[in-house]
Amino acid sequence: MTTTTAPKMKRVAMKTIPILRPRAPTDDHPLVKIALSAIAVVFIGLFLFMPLLTVFSEALAQGWRMAWDALSEPDAIEAIKLTLLVAAIAVPLNMVFGLAASWCIAKFDFRGKNLLITLIDIPFSVSPVVSGLVFVLIFGLQGWLGQWLRDNDMKIIFALPGIVLATVFVTFPFVARELIPLMIDQGKDEEEAAATLGAGGWSTFFRVTLPNIKWALLYGVLLCNARAMGEFGAVSVVSGHIRGLTNTMPLHVEVLYNDYQYVGAFAVASVLALLALVTLLVKSVLEWQFADEISATHRH
Amino acid sequence: MPGFGFSLAFTLFYLSAIVLIPLAALIIRPWELGWNGFWAEILAPRVLHALKLSFGAAAVAAAINSVFGLIVAWVLVRYRFPFKRVVDALVDLPFALPTAVAGIALSALYASNGWIGAPLEKAGIKIAYTPYGVVVALVFIGLPFVVRTLQPVLTDLSRDSEEAAATLGATRFQTFRRVILPTLAPTLLTGTAMAFARAVGEYGSVIFIAGNLPMVSEITPLLIIIKLQEYDYAGAAAVGVVMLAVSFVFLLALNALQAWVSSRR
Repeated sequence: MTTTTAPKMKRVAMKTIPILRPRAPTDDHPLVKIALSAIAVVFIGLFLFMPLLTVFSEALAQGWRMAWDALSEPDAIEAIKLTLLVAAIAVPLNMVFGLAASWCIAKFDFRGKNLLITLIDIPFSVSPVVSGLVFVLIFGLQGWLGQWLRDNDMKIIFALPGIVLATVFVTFPFVARELIPLMIDQGKDEEEAAATLGAGGWSTFFRVTLPNIKWALLYGVLLCNARAMGEFGAVSVVSGHIRGLTNTMPLHVEVLYNDYQYVGAFAVASVLALLALVTLLVKSVLEWQFADEISATHRH
Repeated sequence: MPGFGFSLAFTLFYLSAIVLIPLAALIIRPWELGWNGFWAEILAPRVLHALKLSFGAAAVAAAINSVFGLIVAWVLVRYRFPFKRVVDALVDLPFALPTAVAGIALSALYASNGWIGAPLEKAGIKIAYTPYGVVVALVFIGLPFVVRTLQPVLTDLSRDSEEAAATLGATRFQTFRRVILPTLAPTLLTGTAMAFARAVGEYGSVIFIAGNLPMVSEITPLLIIIKLQEYDYAGAAAVGVVMLAVSFVFLLALNALQAWVSSRR
């Protein structure tokens, strides 16, 4: 009785309940799939999604009006301006460096190349606080040049130059490390062909090299910019937290939060969070559209 | 090919000015205390405790991330489910979200009136303003390192050996433990080490949730800032040099590990 009905039932079940389809030997058991997916989604929900949600919900806890007021008060506007200014200096500097470094590393052979690549990566493995500390040790009041700067009435620490230096340090490798592996992969055949046809150095660079690396360059600049605008630890060491003068947006968030002005802190934080979301969106689009031209297989 | 001299000269100049000379300033500074003074600075109870907390919490967070990071990477590579791309993009959030923003968000979330903190407090567990809060922040900051290191390797993982194992009668779990995990182990170790290295030096996402009680929940980077505020430059540099030395050892170990992994493939 059972032997004759069982196959029939199974066939019916196969059509109606996809879970009971026979699975390939390398497929996980459906229950394992459900369990692991649930663990992954809950973990990401708890540790990533909920903090993000908290930022916006706390910012709007007392309505749009309060959040908007916090963003339009003079100190907040100064902080936004300073953040934009610092990024506008630091990002192009590191972009030019990234192009120069990847050009000499990818197109030429020389001794110590691997050491150079390793050295470029150093700022990624240094604590943000140490990244700020090094500049205080040089330019701070009791630093190497502290006395001289003071005698000549120049200020680097607790002023714009220090903030820019610390930001340049922490975002130093972003563009270079996106470009170097890609340009090594691409080799130098096309540039040599251009040179044979009589193109000069700059026109080879702008007409041949740049079009080949444009998406990777944009990708690196995008990540560099996100970090430059969001850097906290390194900038915190060199800034001095002077309201309306040396406070970047992340520092302004800290000052407001420690003042128990939570709506203000989270309102400024939500602007930074929006910037992060836009960065992630553009980054994902670049990865889907131009995967081959980014060499994003190694994401930092 | 033109431009070699110019680009190399600029690269070396910029690298020296921004990275190498400042780091040299750090390495030279603490020795004005003398050899004994340096060690007295490092072995002071408050510094030792901060180092223990930074390294201990980073190790616990890295261990948690190695387990959950593997699960997340596995699910993202092997399974299909709704909003997979959104979840995938969200994994990068800790890279993109400024650490101060993450810090105040985690702090609000795990405080005794927060969405997660309130129910936990009813159960008698306190996270915010304790060393557990430090671990929570470091889990947040380290997760993408494990997931993003594993994903490309998992994608390239050939299913042939899994099929062979199944043919030979292995259960799915045996296949995972004996075939898949050993193949992934070096990559998993690399990702975990990267998460650990990042966590040791992390500042922004930790200080808001940690409470920063000396000898309880005070992390090493914060101690550097406190010493700087007291104009104890040499003391701050001494602690900074220890952190720098550890990150260099890690950088070298990671490079060796990656060389070893790619030589095996």
